[in-house]
Amino acid sequence: MAEEASAFNIHPMDQFVIKPLFGGHELNWYTPTNETLWMGIAILAIIGLLVLGTRGRAIIPSRTQSIAEMAYGFVYNMVVDVAGKDGLKYFPMIMTLFMFIVFSNFLGLLPMAFTPTSHIAVTAVMAMGVFLFVTILGFARNGMKFLSIFWISAAPLALRPILALIEIISYFVRPISHSIRLAGNMMAGHAVIKVFAGFAGALGLGAVAPILAISAVYALEMLVAFIQAYVFAILTCVYLKDALHPGH
Amino acid sequence: MASGTETTHDATADAAHGAADAGHAVAEHADGMPQLDFSTFGNQIFWLVLTLGIIYFVLAKIALPRIAAVLAERQGTITSDIAAAENLKQKAVEAEEAYNKALADARAKAGEIVAEAKAEIQAELAVAAAKADAEIAAKATESEAEIAKVRASAVESVKAVAKDTTKEILGAMGSKADAKAVTAAVNARMKG
Repeated sequence: MAEEASAFNIHPMDQFVIKPLFGGHELNWYTPTNETLWMGIAILAIIGLLVLGTRGRAIIPSRTQSIAEMAYGFVYNMVVDVAGKDGLKYFPMIMTLFMFIVFSNFLGLLPMAFTPTSHIAVTAVMAMGVFLFVTILGFARNGMKFLSIFWISAAPLALRPILALIEIISYFVRPISHSIRLAGNMMAGHAVIKVFAGFAGALGLGAVAPILAISAVYALEMLVAFIQAYVFAILTCVYLKDALHPGH
Repeated sequence: MASGTETTHDATADAAHGAADAGHAVAEHADGMPQLDFSTFGNQIFWLVLTLGIIYFVLAKIALPRIAAVLAERQGTITSDIAAAENLKQKAVEAEEAYNKALADARAKAGEIVAEAKAEIQAELAVAAAKADAEIAAKATESEAEIAKVRASAVESVKAVAKDTTKEILGAMGSKADAKAVTAAVNARMKG
């Protein structure tokens, strides 16, 4: 892979390298990096949309305020529909995850940008956080009854131990699938775009096909950027529902 | 790819153990997947937790309560506006009814006035017509008397002219005219 990359001068994975922002080669745990920069830009964009965009508090909203309200209503309805009314206590948490992911994904589609959500460390921390949170919440609210999500009382008695095993495995796989789905989608899309961009660079002016391919993949990535944020948020709601109402 | 990752890790280990560097050396080009470079995880997790903390704080303390308040206020405004619109609609219906009633009243009154005026005019007209008829009748009688007088005088004149003419004609024919016979003949002709 390394030889091929040097032959075509394509380095699709370079965009994911974490570098100290202000030069140097040291990377301590507190060193600001390109990832820090794009997380910061995401924070500013979220503040711009949800705080500055709504500062008019208008009855008849401006365009930005409409978008902010739409985002609010989208996540709010998702929480109510999936986790129920008592899930609303955790609405700010889910909104935080959704806004961070959706902004990271879309900002990452800008040329030369960095995509924090393409890093497994980022998505795994979020997924593990959700996993630990809903597990602790489930036991705290329901005690040992929380374990009933593994014991399918609707199934025939003979099947229940087998189902319980499957349910337990799938429960512990949740954070892995939850995090790898997002990071994998982001990484794959960006790498594909970069590979096509490398072809375009190699072909020079005649690079019509790679540019068309980049446009098509870019459009697809716009869709994926939103869908993956949506999927991450709705799965968090589903897990939250299990913790709040383990019976069904 | 596997060897590449190992090299990075070796380099990382060297750098980490080196006296000069507390962190590790960063490669310009990625070997394998930068996502699996575990030496960056601490740094990423620190910044991620900080980022999520800031976003959570901003959303929970400022953005979400504000948007919720705006949405609630809008809902309230819409509800009260709908109520006000209902009220106004009711008023409009009442106003229309009052207007229609006033219009009907006015029509009825106008009809009465028209009938009254018609009757008055009719009476006046009858009086005037009777007066005119009487005047016309008087004038007609007067005129008839005048005409009769004129006619009588005309008959007399015609008789005189006829007598004179007859005498002259008879004189011219050479015979002496008998005045009595001429008068009798003229009178007889005039009657016939």
